This record gives sequence, structure tokens and C-alpha cells, in this order.
Amino acid sequence: MKSKHTIILTVINTVGVLTRVTGLLAQRGYNIESTIAAPTENPNIYKIILVVEGSAQNIEQVTKQLNKLIDTLKVTDISHDNNFIVREYIILKVNVTKKTRSEVLELLEVFSARPLDVSQSHIIMELSGRAKKIDRLIELLKPYGINEYVRSGEFAMTEYDM
Amino acid sequence: MKGAEILIDALIKEGVDTIFGYPGGVLIPVFDVLFSTKEINFILPRHEQGAAHAADGYARATGKTGVCLVTSGPGATNAITGIATAKLDSTPMVIISGQVSTKLIGTDAFQEADMLGLTRSICKHNCMVTDVKDLPRTIKEAFHIANTGRPGPVSIDLPVDVSNADFPDYKYPETIELPGYKPVIKGNKKQIQKLADAINIAKRPLLYTGGGIISSSASDNLLQLVEKTNIPVATTLMGLGSIPYNHPYYLGMPGMHGFAAANYSFTECDLLIAVGCRFDDRITGPLNTFVTQAKVAHIDIDPAEIGKNIHTEIPVVGDAKLVLEKLVDIVKERKPNAWNERVTELKEKFKLTYNQDENEKILPQYIIDSINKFIPDDAIVVTDVGQHQMWSAQFINHKHPRSFLSSGGLGTMGFGLPAAMGAAVGQPNKMVVNICGDGGFQMNIQELATCAINNIPVKSIILNNTYLGMVRQWQDLFWEKKYSQTCLKQDPSCPPGCTGPNGSCNKQYWPNFVKVAEANGVKGFRIESPSEINNVLEEAFKVDGPVVVEVLVDKLVNVFPMVPSGKKINEIIFGDEK
Repeated sequence: MKSKHTIILTVINTVGVLTRVTGLLAQRGYNIESTIAAPTENPNIYKIILVVEGSAQNIEQVTKQLNKLIDTLKVTDISHDNNFIVREYIILKVNVTKKTRSEVLELLEVFSARPLDVSQSHIIMELSGRAKKIDRLIELLKPYGINEYVRSGEFAMTEYDM
Repeated sequence: MKGAEILIDALIKEGVDTIFGYPGGVLIPVFDVLFSTKEINFILPRHEQGAAHAADGYARATGKTGVCLVTSGPGATNAITGIATAKLDSTPMVIISGQVSTKLIGTDAFQEADMLGLTRSICKHNCMVTDVKDLPRTIKEAFHIANTGRPGPVSIDLPVDVSNADFPDYKYPETIELPGYKPVIKGNKKQIQKLADAINIAKRPLLYTGGGIISSSASDNLLQLVEKTNIPVATTLMGLGSIPYNHPYYLGMPGMHGFAAANYSFTECDLLIAVGCRFDDRITGPLNTFVTQAKVAHIDIDPAEIGKNIHTEIPVVGDAKLVLEKLVDIVKERKPNAWNERVTELKEKFKLTYNQDENEKILPQYIIDSINKFIPDDAIVVTDVGQHQMWSAQFINHKHPRSFLSSGGLGTMGFGLPAAMGAAVGQPNKMVVNICGDGGFQMNIQELATCAINNIPVKSIILNNTYLGMVRQWQDLFWEKKYSQTCLKQDPSCPPGCTGPNGSCNKQYWPNFVKVAEANGVKGFRIESPSEINNVLEEAFKVDGPVVVEVLVDKLVNVFPMVPSGKKINEIIFGDEK
């Protein structure tokens, strides 16, 4: 059975390390839903957070292969772990008219989304939260006409020390 | 010290005595240093692919890390097939490719190719040195990574300005710091105990061993295990030689062209103990039909191989030698039982044979079997890829590890001659025989000159059937004999629907291998009938230097037994032979 897995990779910050990781997944036939790579508290160490779809067996193989990369320090599949915090960030531009503006702003308030730019024709907003919450907001804003949005992909951190 | 000097000094400190390589613009600083380096024997193959395969052959024959030095752009891309070949067969190799100056990288400079990007998926590790201060550490790490854990090729890209840069405080590092690379060598005690327990209660255990036995020098330990437990053994193509061919419980190679006894034993066993092998599709057939009656145990140094294709009940991550040592200690002695009788019966019943009529065309099996008579016990047999490779796996008397070198994983035609050359350079006191087909021989035929000039005494036996035989065999059996582009005598005037040689085909075959050999300064021979074999082989093997023996073999012989692609491994076609 296929399901989405969030994998946290701790890697040494070397040239091309992200290419190695994403290339390995492509080479072995896995689709990456989202990737984030960013520095950590230690400038030599990067965290890469991947969301990949696959069966449990597929994902086990992926994590083993990722572990083999010389620059990989740690690979953790946190999908079945309740002790982790996951967030995603979105910036979205929704079309509004005089009539719908206050309705949309009300909706944003319910979601604790923050308007960044309000004009005659649109509102640009930001929101961070679980992917599901973001999906829901998008769903609710669709009828007003979504002009564009950009999502960050998932960030994650376990509550315990890894 | 300049980067180029540091590189050569570092290689010498790593114990490198031989480099296979080819110069080029960005490597001139390095070759300038090599000009006056006495510690390294430099071999100049005539093509970078030859250099890469030669370094590979050297590594397979000696166990040491092979070193290949090629220039940027085309030099580097020419080496790619050799790197991928080494990766698939886990050969330790360090490939150093020149690169354009760091200031020019990314500008499509002359002879620039993105070697890092190109090799990423076909090597164990790769990197580019952009600062001369990183060079010593990089070399040290490359050799460490290449020849520890599961061995493999490591590719280093070296821009020319780094070769020219000065590093006055150069000191070769003594230690390695690779926090992300810690291969598990010692097997987990509990897991080994679990495996021993499983063997103790198994009724029909079977060992299935691969190249890992050879790379970890575990042949003796494997033999000890077999002596103590009497468990029958099947050995993959990469593992041939790890157990002597005439051992009573040796079943031969399993798989698509494997011995029927081995395949049937896989189907019947109740415990499969895999060691240093990877359940390749050429061995398993459809995965859901493979060893359905057996519990599977897998010893491998690469954790990613365990459970990759086949569900494994008893995984043991570790070096084959260390794990087997421990296993031999704790496993109970096992007396031969009905299962041993059964496999012996299978072995007897499905012995590989051939029927050579002295007045007919030479059977490829016969010429390969004949080679056994003329080669010393410690000879190294190298093959190319195709039908002759399978016949060599079947009919050569494999006696020692590192004595059968073949491109198994990637199946690289053109591997044979340069790999044999590398093996002969690495093992100058052993006879090296290169068995190949007429198709593959032409893929790196230029290395004949390298052999002649350096007096590298490779004995090449070309089985010429005028076809790309293995593909022709599939066309024969599964594609209605439509020999599309597999006849090497085909010319534009051939009838479009030709289904193979018949009385009226009087086309000329090119090239004339004997003349090609002679033109390259290599003694050439031709054998056309069975009665000539003994005399010619005897004479050829006596030559003190490289030789080419072209053997005109029966054109349409197919390799059997065969398990057609997609079939279970016990659904064997036996062909004409039993």
C-alpha cells in the first residue's frame, strides 16, 4: 500500500549534496512530492526534508540507499511517529471584488492566515500550518478565484533529540 | 608543492604501482610530474574506455584499488562505461579526471563536461577538488571509500588550476574523518546465532554465494563452512572460483544459463543462505516465484541489498569473511542427509555435456573445454559478454578466487581485452586468457597495440560465429528467427528476410582477425576444425607475449540450459543438449 512519507535527512553541507539526494531518488524511480534543504544551527550540516510516496518496503529501500551516500549522517522516516511537529508555509493570491473582500478576510481570520497585501482586485496572504489545514483553506478559497500560490513543502522536527 | 606533485605523491603513499590513463590538455601538469616518477608503472591504453576496464581488471585480479587517469570532456566521458561496469560489479577503483580551470567551469569551455553530474549515479562516491588544500584529504578518502565496505569506483574531478596551484604546507594525512561513512563490518552476534540455529534445524539448506566472497577473501571460510555442514553451494557468475569446480557439493552457477541442478535446488531448498550476492533478476526470475518453500537468510556488507528484492527472515549485515568465520565456529556439524543425496542426484542427472564430432564444425563448448587442458592451475580467465561468457562460466574449470573476471552486472561488451590486459599487468606471473566473441572483441580491439608495445602477454581466444550470438539466440528462440542486425556478415545486398546462414551465403566476414593481430604486432592464429585445436592452442600458449587465436565455431549453437526471461527458474529449456 502506498502512502506519503516524510523523511528527515541530516547531511554534510558539500557541493551538490541536494543533487545527490534527489538524483538518487529519481534514479531508483521514486517521485518526490516536496523537498526542502536548509542550513541548521551547525553551518556544516544541512537538513533535507523530503516527502516521498511509496509502499513501506519502497521507503525502507529509499532510506537505506540514502544512508549509503557518503555525505549522509542520518536518515529518519518520521511518518509513523507521533512525536514530531510538521509545518508547511504558503503564500497565496486570491481574487476579490468589493462584494467578496470582507468574506474572504473573515475566512482568513478563521484560519489565522495573515493578509500581506490587500488591493482592489486581490488579497495576498500567508499561512503556516499542517498540510491538511493548508489544503482546506485552498479548497475554501477556490470559488473566489485563486490567482496563484506557492507552498514551501513540509518542514519537520521531532520533539525528542534525534 | 604543486597540486600535480601532491597528487602523484599521494598516489604513491596509497601504494599505487600502476596507472592506466591517457593524457590531455588539462592533465599536462600531472603528466609532467609522471615524466620523472619511477615508482609508478604507467600504461597508456589506446582509448580511455580501455584504461578504465584495465584498471578494473587490475583491481579484480589483485584485490588492490585500480587507478585510472583521464583528461576532461571526451576523455572523461570515454571512461564512463568502465566506471559503471566497476560499480555494478563492486570493483575498487579510483578514477581521476582532469577538468577545466575552476574559473571556466560552467562556461562550456573547450573539453568541458560535467563529470560530477555524469558519474553521480554510476560510482560509489564522487567529488571535485576546487582547492589544492583539499587534494590530499580527497585522495586519502577516495582510496578508503573505494576499497572498504562494499567496494566500488570513486571518481575525482581535478581542475587544471588546482593541479598548478601551490600548497607549501602539504602533508599527507594519516587519518580519515568521514562521519557519514561507517560500514558495518562485524556481523551482529545475535543474528549470526539465529542463522546458525536455522542451519541446525534445516532439512534442505542451500548456500547461494556471490562476488562478496571474493572481494572479502572469504573462500577459505566458505569452504570450512561447507566442510563442517555439508551444505551444497551454488555460486553466481561473480562468485565463480570461490569454491573449486570439482567440490562434491558444488552445484555450479544458478540462473538464466545456470546449471539445472542449481536451479532445481533453489526451488526445493527449505533454507537459502545468501552470502555476498544480490538476488539479480537473471538469477531469481519473477520474484514471487523464487524460493517459495524456503526461509531466506542474507549475509551482506551492504544493508541496502538485504530485502531489496526478496523478503529476508535472517538479515546479517557484515563482511562475509568475518561473519562466516563466526558462523563456522558456532554452527553445529551437519551430516549429509537425503537432501545431499538429492542434489548429488540432480548434479549427476543434469551434467553439462556436448557432443563434438571431429569432422564437423567446432562447438564453442568444445573449444572452451579444450582451453582447460592448456592453462596452468593459477591462470586467470577473463571473458567479454555474450554466449561465450556463459559457456566459459559453464565449462571453464574454476579453481581459485580472482581467476575468473567477467562483466556481470552491467554486461559490458568490450570489457574482455582491456580487463585482461589490466589483470596481466597486475599479475605478471600468471597466464591471462581472454575468451571473447567476434562482436565484443571489436569494441576495444585497439588495445592489441597496447599489449604488443608493452609486451602484455594476454592470450585472446575469439569464438567467431559471425553473429552477435546472445541476441541472435533470443531472436532464434523468441522472435521467429528474425535476425535483425545480429549477423556481422550482413551487407546492403543481403535479402531482407534472411533467416541465417545457408549454403548460398558466401558473404565475406570482416575484419580478418589474424591480420588485425599481425598489424598490431600480435601473433595471430586461426583454428577452423576440431583437429587443429590441440596443436594450435599448444603453440599459441607457448608464445612469449600476446596472441590472438581466432576460432571459427559452429554459427548457430545456442546456450543451454536456459530459463526464458519472465519464467520461473525451474522452467528450464534444455535445447539439443540434455
